[in-house]
Amino acid sequence: MTAPLLQVDDLHVRFPISGGGLLGTGKRVLHAVNGISFELAKGECLSIVGESGCGKSTTALSILGLQTPSEGMIRYRGQPLTGPGAPGRMERAKAVQMVFQDPYASLNPRQSVRTSLAAPLRLHGVTAASEIEGRIEAMLKNVGLTPEQAARYPHEFSGGQRQRIGIARALILEPEIVLLDEPVSALDVSIRAQIINLLLDLQEKLGLSYLMISHDLSVVEHMSDRVLVMYFGEVVEEGGWRNIFEAPAHPYTRRLIAAIPDPAAALDPTGKQDRFADLPQFTGRRFVSDGSTSPDVFTAPALSELVEIGENHRVRLASA
Amino acid sequence: MTAPLLDIRDLRLGVAINRSTHHPLLKGVSFQIMPGEAYGLVGESGSGKSVTSLAVMGLLKKPLAIAGGEILFKGQNLLALPKREMRRLRGNRIAMIFQEPMTALNPLSTVGRQIAEMFVLHQSKSWGEAEKLAVEALGNVRVPNPDRRAKNYPHQMSGGLRQRVMIAMALACDPDLLIADEPTTALDVTVQAEVLRLIKELCAARGTAVLFISHDLGVIASVCQRVGVMYSGCLVEENETRLLFADPKHDYTRGLLGALPRLGSRSEHGRQRLVDIDSIIADRSKLTETRFIAPRGPEGSQP
Repeated sequence: MTAPLLQVDDLHVRFPISGGGLLGTGKRVLHAVNGISFELAKGECLSIVGESGCGKSTTALSILGLQTPSEGMIRYRGQPLTGPGAPGRMERAKAVQMVFQDPYASLNPRQSVRTSLAAPLRLHGVTAASEIEGRIEAMLKNVGLTPEQAARYPHEFSGGQRQRIGIARALILEPEIVLLDEPVSALDVSIRAQIINLLLDLQEKLGLSYLMISHDLSVVEHMSDRVLVMYFGEVVEEGGWRNIFEAPAHPYTRRLIAAIPDPAAALDPTGKQDRFADLPQFTGRRFVSDGSTSPDVFTAPALSELVEIGENHRVRLASA
Repeated sequence: MTAPLLDIRDLRLGVAINRSTHHPLLKGVSFQIMPGEAYGLVGESGSGKSVTSLAVMGLLKKPLAIAGGEILFKGQNLLALPKREMRRLRGNRIAMIFQEPMTALNPLSTVGRQIAEMFVLHQSKSWGEAEKLAVEALGNVRVPNPDRRAKNYPHQMSGGLRQRVMIAMALACDPDLLIADEPTTALDVTVQAEVLRLIKELCAARGTAVLFISHDLGVIASVCQRVGVMYSGCLVEENETRLLFADPKHDYTRGLLGALPRLGSRSEHGRQRLVDIDSIIADRSKLTETRFIAPRGPEGSQP
């Protein structure tokens, strides 16, 4: 059996918080990510959803190598990406790249598009001017820009075009995995639709694997194959998009879905309550939290585990 | 038939580029809001929805200038009102909630004092009395432990709580019209849902009319009875919310609805592409020429 493309195994990230007190006696540890495990298959779009502070961005930064995990393993094609024996930045850059949320902030205002796109190529040993030019030209066409636009600077583009440049920059080294961190949340509705379409087209055309981080569940439903729902550092539910959106089992997932201002639901004369059947009951087990109160992030969470409740559908439960 | 609370007639405004040239931002916008009605303005960046609200509040600054039209509030033209009179209305009869509560609140003053200021300024209460009213106002927007929270500074509160403080301030003097400009854009979805419910319930209970501005059609649908769609300084379509969603008439509205990924709309087979507004409308500049305003009164009366 071949190793999965990306495998995250029991990832923990903890941050020490200096908490006043004499000689640092008030020092506490914040548990940002608490034992996350998942696999990303080739050509798949996996989304991590959750609210601010649930640990989804920390998870992404760990995969990019911008955050050292406190515990756990991240493997790319079976080879460790973290800890001893991990490849350097250059190797990692060819495997994983990221598209950032804010296209205004993530491009260097002093570099033309050509310079921004050529730099990673040169660093990775592509030096022939004709090859660099050819790859930039092809990439700009891929993301819906024209080769002539390569000479321009970021301020000369609209928000949607800048996000296209951000995508081109992420894809220029031909990575297999692309992390999408809220890729469309800063964009207007019409531009957002165009970028979502572009991301779907590119994924099919180039066989990319997406790991998308988002709190916009309507975009997640539209794009994902599988979904992880995170709540205070833990995965509370995971499954295929159909399971998560049509038969969510965890109360927090239901709260998230119910909170989306959906025109159809808001205008439904029967009212949007009780969209789902009653919460499933599991003998001998219970939900640790219903997601309506915040757990203490400074203590390790109560013992619980992800339990298989159907095909491609797992939910976090503790023994009653 | 009752008179409209707010009646905007052919409002034109623009940005002055130099003495003789004037770039239009609103090209003759007209709509009415009835007392107690929630009216939504939806549109993308630059469509003119926020400048409309600033014009109503009398907060336009140079180089923005009114070029024509009237804004009638209870029959009184706000554009002809002296500044002193406008100051008495603003915050008192017409109040506003902004998108970013952190920048709209004073970081150097406790939230209790900032709310109390409303009662001192507009209702001539003493500070002691006003601070008691402020605690009550915080309770009304369901801030837990209002007496303790009133002593907090804005930075000690979460985004959702700050937005509740803004709502408490805006509703302090029981205004006739509340303008909410993207009040939940900066918030998490579950917090957004709570804040929207709060605005809806409080305004319904007090009979406050709402002018709700958002780029999010879903948010508008969950709050407003009627919607106006803005595009490039024009109101291109207006209708009751239910009808607008069920049967959009204007190309732009149709494009906007099709561009929205909607819950439960994904089919079994593959991931379909969203509507690209630019591709269904070959020439965006032609769009504003084909205006379509459904001829329907707010009570659903056919003329």
